[in-house]
Amino acid sequence: MGEQKSILVIGGGISGITTAVEAAEAGYETTIVEKRPYLGGRVAQLFKYFPKLCPPYCGLEINFRRIKQNPKIKFYTLSEVESISGAEGDFKVNVRVNPKYVNEKCTACGKCAEVCPAERPNDFNFGMDTTKAIYRPHDMAFPARYVIDEQACKGSACAECVKACKFGAIDLDMKPATVEVNAGSIVAATGWNPYDATRMENLGFGRIKNVITNMMMERLSAPNGPTGGKIQRPSDGKEVQSIAFVQCAGSRDENHLPYCSAICCMASMKQATYIREKNPDSQVYIFYIDLRAPGKYEDFLRKVQSDEKVEMIKGKVAKIEEDADGGVVVTAEDVVGGGKIHQKVDMVVLAAGMEAAAKANGLPPVIKTEESGFVVSEGQTAGIYAAGVAGRPNDVTNSVQGATGAALKSIQSLVRR
Amino acid sequence: MSESKLGVYICTDCGIGESLNIEELQKAAKAPICRTHPFLCSQEGVQVIRDDINNEGVNKIVIAACSQRVNYDVFDFDPLKYVTERVNLREHVVWSHPPNTDETQAMAEDYIRLGITRANKSEPPEPKITDLNKTILVVGGGVTGLTAAVEAAKAGSDVVLVEKEAELGGWTRKMYKVLPKKAPFTDLEKPDIDSRIAEAEGNEKIKIYKSTTIKKIAGEPGMYEVTVDTDGTEETFTVGAIIYAIGWKPYDASKLDSLGYGKFKNVITNVEMEELASKGGISRPSDGKPAQSVVFIQCAGQRDEAHVPYCSAVCCNVSLKQAMYVRESNPEAGAYIIYKDMRTPGLYENFYKAAQDDEGIFLAKGEILGITEEAGGTLLVEVNNQLLDKKVTIKADIVVLATGMLTNMIPDEYEVNNLTPEYIGTIVKKETSDGIIEELEPVPISLNLAYRQGPEMPHLKYGFPDSHFICFPYETRRTGIYAAGAVRHPMDALQASADAAGAALKAIQCLELTSQGKAVHPRAGDQTFPEFRLESCTQCRRCTVECPFGVLDEDEKGTPQEHPYRCRRCGTCMGACPQRIINFKNYSIDMISSMIKTVEVPDEDEEPFILGLICENDAYPALDLAGQNRIQYSPNFRFISLRCLGGTNLVWIADALSKGIDGIILIGCKFGDDYQCHFVKGSQMANERLGKVQETLDRLMLEADRVQQVQLAINEWDKLPQILDEFSEALKELGPNPYKGF
Repeated sequence: MGEQKSILVIGGGISGITTAVEAAEAGYETTIVEKRPYLGGRVAQLFKYFPKLCPPYCGLEINFRRIKQNPKIKFYTLSEVESISGAEGDFKVNVRVNPKYVNEKCTACGKCAEVCPAERPNDFNFGMDTTKAIYRPHDMAFPARYVIDEQACKGSACAECVKACKFGAIDLDMKPATVEVNAGSIVAATGWNPYDATRMENLGFGRIKNVITNMMMERLSAPNGPTGGKIQRPSDGKEVQSIAFVQCAGSRDENHLPYCSAICCMASMKQATYIREKNPDSQVYIFYIDLRAPGKYEDFLRKVQSDEKVEMIKGKVAKIEEDADGGVVVTAEDVVGGGKIHQKVDMVVLAAGMEAAAKANGLPPVIKTEESGFVVSEGQTAGIYAAGVAGRPNDVTNSVQGATGAALKSIQSLVRR
Repeated sequence: MSESKLGVYICTDCGIGESLNIEELQKAAKAPICRTHPFLCSQEGVQVIRDDINNEGVNKIVIAACSQRVNYDVFDFDPLKYVTERVNLREHVVWSHPPNTDETQAMAEDYIRLGITRANKSEPPEPKITDLNKTILVVGGGVTGLTAAVEAAKAGSDVVLVEKEAELGGWTRKMYKVLPKKAPFTDLEKPDIDSRIAEAEGNEKIKIYKSTTIKKIAGEPGMYEVTVDTDGTEETFTVGAIIYAIGWKPYDASKLDSLGYGKFKNVITNVEMEELASKGGISRPSDGKPAQSVVFIQCAGQRDEAHVPYCSAVCCNVSLKQAMYVRESNPEAGAYIIYKDMRTPGLYENFYKAAQDDEGIFLAKGEILGITEEAGGTLLVEVNNQLLDKKVTIKADIVVLATGMLTNMIPDEYEVNNLTPEYIGTIVKKETSDGIIEELEPVPISLNLAYRQGPEMPHLKYGFPDSHFICFPYETRRTGIYAAGAVRHPMDALQASADAAGAALKAIQCLELTSQGKAVHPRAGDQTFPEFRLESCTQCRRCTVECPFGVLDEDEKGTPQEHPYRCRRCGTCMGACPQRIINFKNYSIDMISSMIKTVEVPDEDEEPFILGLICENDAYPALDLAGQNRIQYSPNFRFISLRCLGGTNLVWIADALSKGIDGIILIGCKFGDDYQCHFVKGSQMANERLGKVQETLDRLMLEADRVQQVQLAINEWDKLPQILDEFSEALKELGPNPYKGF
C-alpha cells in the first residue's frame, strides 16, 4: 500500500466524527478540521434525540472516548480548510488554525472566567445569554479547554485572565497558523445552519420576542441552557402554558428552502414532549402541511398524538402577531376542518429548516455542490465524498449511516492508489 | 508482568491542594513512592512520573488529580506495560464538596485507597494477535447485498455472496423505473441493477452462489464456518464477517380485502404495478384495456396497528413515480393519489413538486370509504376528500394499493404486529421438573446461527434486526454480523446503497480490530478478554443466558463455551456468575470486592454511609459535570465505576453490607424499550439481578431497600444531589446497618 495518506474530514459534527472514527478503527489515519472550538457540532446543542428522547451527549461521550484512545485520529478545532489542491490519492489541504489564545496547558479549572470582565453573547445558546470573553464553549465541550473570543476580549490592556491562570495557559499574542495535510481522500461533513427565520417576515421572528426557532427551543429546554431547562417565554419569563409549533418555516417553500428539511416534524413532536413533561398543564398546537414521521418513527407520532393536550392541525401558518399582553396570535388556514384559525399562545416555535452550511460558508471549488449548497455525489471530483447533512437533509441516524458509508468510500480512494 | 511497583502521584492544584490535607492523603496512600506536584499535567509533572518509571521501575501508576476523561493524552503510558489508574480528586471530590472538612478529606483518602487497590489488582492485557479469515459473507443478492459486495471488494476485501434465488437483483430487477438518485431529484431513472450485477459478477474478488441457502453458520468473527446448500449440494467454507442483507417483502395484500384486493381483478399492489408496466403499456389486468384512470391508495395497511403499524417510508415516492409513468405512457390518462400525509422527505420534495406540476396527477388527503366494481371491470373508489371536505367518487381502470414493506426476517406465517419479543418464534409449553413452563422457540429464518441464544438475529420491534442506537446504527447484538438495507428498516434503494457501504465498513473494521485482539464498539480497542475458571463452573447457565451479545454457547452439560471474538467486554457474564469464575486481567470480581473492603466505613455517623456502583459511560461523566458546575452533594458516598452495570456481581452487595456500609446505589443507564445502555441489556440485567438480592439480604437479615438502582442519563447531573439525598434519607429511616463496626 505504500505510505498511507490521511482521510481529511471537513467538519467535526456527528457525521464528521463518525466518518473519522469509523475509518480510523478500520486502520486508517484520519484528520478532522472543525470550525468551532469544539467537536460535536449541532447535536451538542440538542437537549434530546428523537425518538428515544435520549441525550446526544451520551453518544458523543462514547465517540470522544473512541477519539481519545485512537492515535490514528487527529483533529484541529477552530480551524478551517483554506484551499485544496492535487487529486484523489494526493490532495494537499491547507488548514488555517485560528488562535484560541489558550494553549494545551489549560486544565479547565475556570479561574480565568471568574476574573474576566468582558462578556459576549453565547452563540451556543443562540444569544439567549452571555458568557465571559474567555469561555468554555459548553459543559461537555471536547476538548475540555477554554477559548477566548477575540471580538469580546479587551486584549493585553486587561490581561486579568493571564494573571489568574497559574498554569501559563493563556497567550494573548497567539497567531493563526497554517498546517498542510496530505490527504488521499476528503469527506465534506460540513453540516447545516438553521434557516435564517428573520427572512420570513410574516412569522415575526426577530420582531416578536416570544417567537423562537426550534434550535432555540432545544437550548431553552436543556438543563444547561440559558434558563436551566425551564421553558419560559423570552419576553417576561412567564412559564409557557400554551405553545404553537409552526412547521415548514422556510422549508418546502420556493421563496426560501425548496426542499423538505426531513427532521422538523419529528423535532417538533419531540419538543412537544419537552413542554408537556416540564409544564404538565400546557397545551400544544402543531400546524403542519404533512406530518412526516417516516418508517418506524410512526410509533413516535402515535405516542405524541395520544396526548390529548397535543393538537395537530393541517394548515400553513399565514401570519403571526403579537398581542398586547405578550401573547402571540397564530393565524392559519385549517385545511381539514375548514375556515381560519386564530390561536393565541404564550410562545411560538418556528420549525426552521436546515440550510446547507456550505451555502453560507462556501467550500473550496473542487468540492461540487448543487444549487441549494448540498454536496453532490454524482459528478463529484474523484476522492471527494459527502457525509451527513452536507449531502442532503437528514436526521442523525441516517447521517451516521451515510457517514459510515462515506468512511468506506474514502478508504477505497486510498486503496485504489 | 514482572513484580509490581506502585507509584502514587497527587496533583495539588485546580483547588485540590487548598481543599485537602495533602500530607494526610499521602499517609493514607501508604505507597513506597508517593509524590505531589502543583501541576501534574504539565510536562514537568509528567516527567516526574516518567523518571520513576525509568529509574524506580514503577509500573503501577496511580494519578490522583482530575477526571480520567481529561488529560488522557498527557497521562498516556503504554497500556501493555503499565497500569495507569486515575483517581478523580478534582471533579468528584473537591469541586463538589466543601473544602477542608473531615468528610471531604475522608472521601479523598478513600478514593486514593480505592485507586491503589484497583491498580494493584490489575494487570496489563496480553494482546491476542491472530491471523484471521478476512473474507466477508454477504447474505442476499438484491441491491443492498450487491452494493455491499462491490463496495467491500473495492476496499480490498474478498467477498462471498449468497443469494437464494436463481437470479441476482432482488426486487429492483422487477422495477420498471426507479426513483431519482441524483440532483435535482425530479426525473425517473431506468434501473441500473443490471450494471451492478455485472460489476459484482465481473469482480474477481467476489464469489457468487445463486440458488443457495445457508444451512449453518458456526463460530465467531474471523472464523465463521458457513455451510451452504446449492440445489441439494452442500459446501462448507470459512468467512470472517457477515453482512446481512436479506431485504424485504411486500405486505400480503390479501389481508386488505376491504380495499378490494383479491376480489377485483383491477385492484393490484404497487409491486404488481411495476411488473405490469415492465410488460409495456399500463393496461387493465381484467381485459388488457389501456388504463385511462389509475387511483393510488397510500398506506394500504401501513400506519395501521391492525396491519403494518409503521410507515414504509418509500410508498409515497413510489406512487408518485408510478403516477408519473402512467402519465408518460398515456398522456391522456389521469392519476389520483389518495394519501394520509405525503411523505417525501429531504430533496425528494423536488420529486413531489414535479408530480404536482403535472396537471394529470391529482393528489388529495383523504380516506377511502369503499371500492366497488361496475360491470365491465371499472372500479368506483369512494373517497372522503378531506381537503374539500366532501365525498367524491373516482372512476378507476386500475387501483394500485401502496402496500408496505416487511422485513424478510418475518416468515410468512408470522404477523408483523404480533411477533414474539427479541427472537421471532413461537411460545411453546414445556414440561420441566418445575411444572409446565412457557418457552420461546425461535424460528430459523436465513442465517441458521449455531448460537445458544437462537439461530437468528434478535429483533427490536416489527422484526427489524436493527440497532436501537441513534448514534450507532450498525451495532447489532451479534458481533461481526451487520444488517443493511430494508431488512433493518424500510428504505429506498438509494439509502440502501449507502447503508450497504456502511455495513461493509463495519465488517472490514470488525476484522481489523479482531485480528489485533481488540474489541469493537463500544469498547473499541480494549485488549482484554474474559477468562473463565471452568473447573469451578456449576453449569448454572446464567452467563450464557445473560450475555447481551450471545457470546457464549454451551456444551451438553451446560458449561459455557467461549467465543472470545464475539465478546464486547462489558462484563455482564462476570456479574452473572455466582461462582465468581469469570474475570478480566484488569477488571475482576475480586478487584471490586477488594476495593469495597478498603473503604473506611465510619463507625458512627448520623448520616448513612453509601456505596455507589456507577456506569463509567454515563453516570461517571454526569458526576464529572456535577463537579464542573460545582454542584454539591453528600460526601458520604463512595463511587466505584464499572464498565457497565451489567457487570454487577451480587457478592459485592454482600461485601458492602457485611462491612457496615448502610446502603448501595447503582446508577446506570435507562433500560426498557428506549434503553440507553451501550451494551443493550447491561443495566436491565443488573436490575433483574437486584430482584434476586433479597436472598442475600435475608441471609444478612437486612432490608431490601438498602439496595437501589436508579436510571440516570449523562445530561442529568443536575438531578444527582436530589437522587442521592433521597436515597440517603430513605436509609436514615431504616437506621444504621447493624454490621457496622464488626
